[in-house]
Amino acid sequence: MSLEPHFTEDVSELPHDLFGPASLTWWGTLGFMVIEGAAFGLVFAAYFFLMNQEAQWPPQPWDPPDLLAGTLFTLLILLSEIPNTLVKKAAEAEDLEKVRGLLPLMVAIGVALLAIRGFEFNSLNVMWYSNAYGSIQWALLLLHLTHLLTDWVDSTVLAALVQTPIGYERRRMVDVAENAMYWRFVWLTWLPIYVMIYWVPRWV
Amino acid sequence: MNAPFDKAADDRRLAQERRKIVRDGPRMTGAKLRARLEKSWARPPGFFGWLATVDHKEIGRRYIVTALIFLALGGALAIMMRLQLSKPDNDLVGASRYNELFTMHGSTMMFLFAVPVMEGMAVYIVPLMVGTRSTAFPRLNAFSYFMYLFGGLLLWGAFVLNVGPDIGWFAYVPLSGPEFSPGKRADIWAQMITFTEVSALAAAVVLFCTILKTRAPGMTLARMPLFVWAMLVVAVMIIFSMPAIALASSLLISDRLVGTQFYNPVERGDALLWQHLFWFFGHPEVYIIFLPATGFVSAIVETFCRRPVFARTVVVLALVSTGLLAFGLWVHHMFATGLPRVGYSFYTAASMAVAIPTGLQIFCWLATMWDGRPRFDTPMLYVIGFIVTFVIGGLSGVMIASVPIDLELHDTYFIVAHFHYVLIGGAVFPLLGAITYWFPKFTGRMMSEALGKVTFWMIFLGFQLAFFPMHIAGINGMPRRVYTYPAGMGLELPNLLSSIGSLVVATAVLLFVINMVKSLAGGRAAPPNPWDAPSLEWATASPPPVYNFEHISVVESETPLWDNRDRLPVVTGLRVDEKEILLTTIVTAAPESREPVPEASIWPFVSACAVGVFFIASIFSPWAVLFGAIPPAIALIAWFWPKSLDRQPEPVIT
Repeated sequence: MSLEPHFTEDVSELPHDLFGPASLTWWGTLGFMVIEGAAFGLVFAAYFFLMNQEAQWPPQPWDPPDLLAGTLFTLLILLSEIPNTLVKKAAEAEDLEKVRGLLPLMVAIGVALLAIRGFEFNSLNVMWYSNAYGSIQWALLLLHLTHLLTDWVDSTVLAALVQTPIGYERRRMVDVAENAMYWRFVWLTWLPIYVMIYWVPRWV
Repeated sequence: MNAPFDKAADDRRLAQERRKIVRDGPRMTGAKLRARLEKSWARPPGFFGWLATVDHKEIGRRYIVTALIFLALGGALAIMMRLQLSKPDNDLVGASRYNELFTMHGSTMMFLFAVPVMEGMAVYIVPLMVGTRSTAFPRLNAFSYFMYLFGGLLLWGAFVLNVGPDIGWFAYVPLSGPEFSPGKRADIWAQMITFTEVSALAAAVVLFCTILKTRAPGMTLARMPLFVWAMLVVAVMIIFSMPAIALASSLLISDRLVGTQFYNPVERGDALLWQHLFWFFGHPEVYIIFLPATGFVSAIVETFCRRPVFARTVVVLALVSTGLLAFGLWVHHMFATGLPRVGYSFYTAASMAVAIPTGLQIFCWLATMWDGRPRFDTPMLYVIGFIVTFVIGGLSGVMIASVPIDLELHDTYFIVAHFHYVLIGGAVFPLLGAITYWFPKFTGRMMSEALGKVTFWMIFLGFQLAFFPMHIAGINGMPRRVYTYPAGMGLELPNLLSSIGSLVVATAVLLFVINMVKSLAGGRAAPPNPWDAPSLEWATASPPPVYNFEHISVVESETPLWDNRDRLPVVTGLRVDEKEILLTTIVTAAPESREPVPEASIWPFVSACAVGVFFIASIFSPWAVLFGAIPPAIALIAWFWPKSLDRQPEPVIT
């Protein structure tokens, strides 16, 4: 350095691994949620753009999707927010034992949701290649499935990681808290998709 | 079996180890500090280390060099097109090869040169400008480079193997759909898009977080350098716009591969859906390329006029409002598709309105020059060339924002002239100025001024000769994307002049490269701050050491190096026995926490390879989407899995 340093403030006592907007992880997760949110928004736009070309939605002679699987999925994913909030709170309180107990529950809920998702594809009553309506219905469901899978893999890895000695590190707790935040994104984005896949074809 | 984990005993061990941590300060400074930092921040040696590095300077340099190679390749295609068009009824290149040439030229310039080179410059310079040691998420940064490289190799590999795309850089359906583009050419194009979008989005998140969280203490948003402001706006624009093209190309691939009907009007799809999605990305894209260039201009104008940029706040507001307006313009690319009357009026008004913030910026730079004491070194010449050329391109832009004129000139060479004026004038000229300006920081050597000035004048005049006649050719009715034209329509002269001009530009670019190589080998050695610039990147050695700065500065003004001539206020107490940076609050940049920085890792490269195989295989089979996703998932888990399962006294990312 060409200039002499003039020492002012001492930062050695600053903490590390803060939660929420103080952490880089939070901002990075936010960035990716906005990217994915933008993608969802554009798929929604494409859905209504295609719908706008039609006299009927779904076009004749197709039937709207069956409600059972999708509704069951919606109820379960809404209920999953209860353990999810508990995990997030436990992580922020650095209550490792509680996190260790609750993460496997989240993983199990994920498995159940993925199984129901399989039945959802079966209840769309249209194939992706049938027409543009079928294509966009499948696209919505598939796009959401990728998010479900991503968070499920992330939760599984974290559930394993917190069992190791490094599970005691505060940084893991930040990871768990941000993963819980991402899960909120996954179920929040599902709500408009549920309405679009299952109800808009009944209302229009 | 290991003994069960005894947390209390481990806590005592950690407390003891914590006392041994080495921090910078009055007793840890100078040569001793440099040696310690060198050891902590060095990457593994050799080829492995080269692949594993997470140093933003190495990654930024790779981005820039790769993008310049693609510029040369795209330029070579342009020269081939100009030779073909230099006389009427020429048969140097056939019609279908010509389709490939302009498709490859446009795609290369937009996706493999313009956006990546701006990101590369930012990845290198932004952390230095904000006074930190690393970007946020340095491994993601490394991953983004490899994704970009693989996308470029896919496109050019296909071109060399004679399966290059031939559908235009915006790949309109139905031409690019399964019916009219059998084979894999269109899929190669679409998947190249996926690669470069993943790369650009990753880089955008890296830059966004770096700018918000790692600024030097005291560098409030108001004191942030204008280039950093420009990159903040650009990062947000990338985050909102690039998903549109990624979605558009994914839907296209799925139409082509598994028979979805998104764009097929026969099965109730809509070809205009493509145009909407494409231009919702495509128009912001232009500003994603242009705004970093305005950041270069602000930095150069400030340094070479020896005064802060006039009305800084106006420049920042102009950047932000351009970023917002850029999302309301996309339909002006679709005037010829037929729109409701209200649509025409709205998008015409918006297209004209975007000229206002850009005009404001130009007036601010002119006022800075007026009031300052300008030095006309090469970077400043490029700025002046930029202002002249960009204003011409901007004015032709205001002309074609008007629907009747657009309908007349749509798809003619007038449009080609317009966007080369704004893109080359608006982005490439500032870029060449910026490379000249920061070359001493990148390499420790000055570029030759004499050769630089000759190059500038050749590029500037050659450019006008190449592109001004295209306005005339367009008004005379010459359409874009035709491989030849008949004699006797008044097109011979403008085309010949354009071809001559393009050769002048190509020679000048070659001179620029020669200047870079010669200066790298034997240029004048550069001191830390050769231009007497005011921002922090000039506070460290040229080129900067691997850890960027010995101490982290405290910023007290917008122009720290002009206001602290002999000593720089710095903070103490940052760990130097591990890689650590300081995080600050997003608005006032008050010190908030210390953050460990990841070590070099091979996993970003491995992940990029796995994703690359996944993307390329899915051109050929839908099953690849299913099974191809597994290796990237494994690679990503390995990337994030902590390499040591021992607790550290303070977090360390290995």
